[in-house]
Amino acid sequence: MPPPIRLKDHERDTRLIRSRMLFGGAALIFLTMLLMFRMYYLQVVQFEHHSTLAENNRIHVQSLPPTRGMIYDRNGVLIADNRASFSLTLTRERAGDWEQVLDSIIEILELDTDSRELFEKRIRQGRRPFEPVPVMFELSEAQIARVAVNQFRLPGVEVAASLVRYYPQKEHFAHSVGYVGRINETELKKLDPINYSGTHHIGKTGIERFYEEQLHGQVGYEEVETNARGRVLRVLNRVEPISGQDIYLTLDIKLQEAAELALDGRRGAIVALDPNSGEVLAMVSQPSFDPNPFVTGISFKAYGLLRDSLDQPLFNRVLRGLYPPGSTIKPMMAIAGLDLGIVTPSTRVFDPGFFQLPNHKHRYRNWNRYGDGWVNLDLALSRSNDTYFYDLAHKMGVDRMHDYMTRFGFGQRVALDMFEETAGLMPSKDWKRSRYRQPWYPGETLILGIGQGYMQTTPLQLAQATALMASKGKWIRPHLARSVGGLQPIIDADMPADIVLRDDKNWDAVGMGMENVLHGTRGTARKVGDSALYRIAGKSGTAQVVAIKQGERYNRDKVQERHRDHALFVAYAPAENPAIAVAVMVENGESGSGVAAPVAKQVLDGWLLDDEGELKVEYQTTERSTTEVRR
Amino acid sequence: MTRGFNRVLSEGDVLRRRASFLQRVHIDGWLLFLLLILATTGLFVLYSAGGRDQGLLIKQASSFGLGMLVMIVVAQLEPRFMARWSALLYVLGVVLLIIVEVVGHNAMGATRWINIPGLVRFQPAELMKLFVPMTLAWYLARHNLPPSFKRIVISAVLIVVPFVLIARQPDLGTATLIMVSGVFVLFLGGLRWRWILGAIAAVVPIAIAMWMFVMHQYQKQRVLTFLNPESDPLGSGWNIIQSKAAIGSGGVFGKGWLLGTQSHLDFLPESHTDFIIAVLGEEFGLVGICLLLMVYLLLIGRAMVITLQAQTVFGKLLAGSITLTFFIYVFVNVGMVSGLLPIVGVPLPFISYGGTSLVTLLSGFGILMAIHTHRKWIAHS
Repeated sequence: MPPPIRLKDHERDTRLIRSRMLFGGAALIFLTMLLMFRMYYLQVVQFEHHSTLAENNRIHVQSLPPTRGMIYDRNGVLIADNRASFSLTLTRERAGDWEQVLDSIIEILELDTDSRELFEKRIRQGRRPFEPVPVMFELSEAQIARVAVNQFRLPGVEVAASLVRYYPQKEHFAHSVGYVGRINETELKKLDPINYSGTHHIGKTGIERFYEEQLHGQVGYEEVETNARGRVLRVLNRVEPISGQDIYLTLDIKLQEAAELALDGRRGAIVALDPNSGEVLAMVSQPSFDPNPFVTGISFKAYGLLRDSLDQPLFNRVLRGLYPPGSTIKPMMAIAGLDLGIVTPSTRVFDPGFFQLPNHKHRYRNWNRYGDGWVNLDLALSRSNDTYFYDLAHKMGVDRMHDYMTRFGFGQRVALDMFEETAGLMPSKDWKRSRYRQPWYPGETLILGIGQGYMQTTPLQLAQATALMASKGKWIRPHLARSVGGLQPIIDADMPADIVLRDDKNWDAVGMGMENVLHGTRGTARKVGDSALYRIAGKSGTAQVVAIKQGERYNRDKVQERHRDHALFVAYAPAENPAIAVAVMVENGESGSGVAAPVAKQVLDGWLLDDEGELKVEYQTTERSTTEVRR
Repeated sequence: MTRGFNRVLSEGDVLRRRASFLQRVHIDGWLLFLLLILATTGLFVLYSAGGRDQGLLIKQASSFGLGMLVMIVVAQLEPRFMARWSALLYVLGVVLLIIVEVVGHNAMGATRWINIPGLVRFQPAELMKLFVPMTLAWYLARHNLPPSFKRIVISAVLIVVPFVLIARQPDLGTATLIMVSGVFVLFLGGLRWRWILGAIAAVVPIAIAMWMFVMHQYQKQRVLTFLNPESDPLGSGWNIIQSKAAIGSGGVFGKGWLLGTQSHLDFLPESHTDFIIAVLGEEFGLVGICLLLMVYLLLIGRAMVITLQAQTVFGKLLAGSITLTFFIYVFVNVGMVSGLLPIVGVPLPFISYGGTSLVTLLSGFGILMAIHTHRKWIAHS
């Protein structure tokens, strides 16, 4: 039998292929259902999730930082400006290995390791995620070009133009206007995160700090559509930022410079006030510093030099410097004595050169060892007689003294809008008991009467107390801002009560005594008064730095320079119609009348005299002729 | 056909004659209609995905026109003619692949192209997409089904040779699809289930071996990213995350044509090629995607009818393989964009931008039409 011929069984093949095809079709429909279910899952079940994802991808909100308000002096001279500056920013999240990128920056810009440390600190200070952090400010053209050329090595690094604070007057207003600096982490926690979302700087001290809210303005924002690489394609919505308000200060740059010149490089502080309005006309704390490096972030080295300097340039002597007021307190003591009825203008005290408490051997010395003989109020002020005031203090007692001195602003903050003012100290029996757990000794009252002992005042307090003498007790807190955004600055919610005397003539009696300090024949500062074109009422003072032992004399040769007494002088002028009150403190200047008084007069001249050295018309009074006759 | 003959036409004769107009040019009306729907849809989506680039649109339309032309030409060929020449075409294709391997034109870092400057520039791999199932169908149809073990082994060799050559280009996606089209022929030809299951069981160790010895780093990365896209959101996982976000944010009805944000703002990579379904999903929503899938199903359904009605075993096997492979294209693409499958670089048929794949696909449909329209009519009374 031949082998069977294998015929093609077409029917069978067809059946086989059909069954396989039907199986394939079933599988195919199943898989299509799977796809549809997957789509249903993505588009219906997870719709919210993906919708959010897509929106987040697309729309970014960029904040538009407001332009910080400018600060001008009372004549419109610019003190704090905003300057366009190019800064180098780094976005940590985009940089990848940002430490390596930092290394590249250092290498490309040929910087030293000190700046690397600084950059690192700035980055670590940390802000919101994906926010570019400025690491370097004020790039030069050459540096910008270098960054541009090496951009491929610097992921996440950008050159950004921004407005940066600049203080064209440099050190002149460092202590009053203060400065802005980078927002640090502590501040970040307290700040409104929305309003400050685009801001890198915040006021750190002074006016910049106190009026931060007004200067900063309101942040704007724009909603932008970006592509995957973060490139802005179009702006969807834009809300313009509201610029910060401009501030006009009460300070006068000419007087400020005149006052600085008067100090002639010595360490010290000067405050000049308008007693009628409370406006601070000049505020000097020497030595000072250039605030500009603080804006962009001062280098460790430069900051170290400032911080460790023996002259303490960063120390605001006007607001935070504490000094025993010395004899400058005597006019206020006199007012207190008169008003409390302890003395009258004609009450006389015999001065043998010292004062002794009954039944005590200790002698409280007058500065003039030989004594001034019979002393009345006028002479006590013009001669700065200690014995008279020992006697007055003894009769008044410490608590009455405390209460009255407090009315002059001692032992409390007096300024309206200054940052970090110190309250000083006006001691009392209660204070000593709670502070030292000791009773008050009568001797402590005596030295308190001449402004020594526990009492501590700031130059600003002295100036304010003097202004109160000039305005006959009318209280207006000293303030630096004349107008904020064209409006009256903040209202004083805590205005101290005016000092109203039982007899208004007592002001004149003490005022005359103060005038005689400069214009009287025996006045301690008569040399200064002699050269004045107007009448000055003033008082000198000496603040002890180290105590002198009983029976020992102050010997300047034995005392180290920085242990020498501080020279104080307070004054207002013109005496008949005061337009300016000033307090001068010369550190280790020794002599209030010899060193501080000429400085004070120079400041008064700076305000009251015109460019030709003549008394300005508005300060001339009818009494001027009598003054000239007397001379 | 009946001109000159004087006979009375029955009602059935009239219907057949009307249908025969397209048959005379060997075009299947259903397939043509559905392909035109897909092509039109594709152009609409591409206009949006390509950023309203009219040049892109014109290029794609002309590619489609060219593909249509090739389809019509292919449709004119007798299936028997294809069967006769398939072996030679297969050999030619393999030779071209070897040439590419040796002196290929380097495009996109992978050697895939044959370039005769001024004349023609094409990928031999595209040819093999049709030649491999055609050759296998011819080979298996010569004898009774199911194929014997010897024939299966020879078929496997016929599949593996082009697979290896193409995988070395390296284009694992295309290589796998070609292998799949060959395997489908075997499957339809009655490959025993035990073999099929055995092969599936063998896939695991083979996959491990491929992972260790064959796969390139970028391919491994694709698999890894597929398994956990969020692991590298800005790198390899970016594509999947973004395409899922695009599709998912479309919701039920979509954001509207030209209003998709993901795709227009460059978040979606390759939005006009492999990931175009994400654009469609974002702009037309679940409804749009389901409608598109329905059109695909209709097209595949028609192709299955053609397969079942084919008169020869060669025709059935080839048509069936083309049909199932076409579905695999759709499934793999949609599956990868929606995060079900790894990213393998398969375009969405008729929607994705790209002339080469369009021409190949339409050639495949030309073969289907040829198989359908070259049937021998048996007279029914």
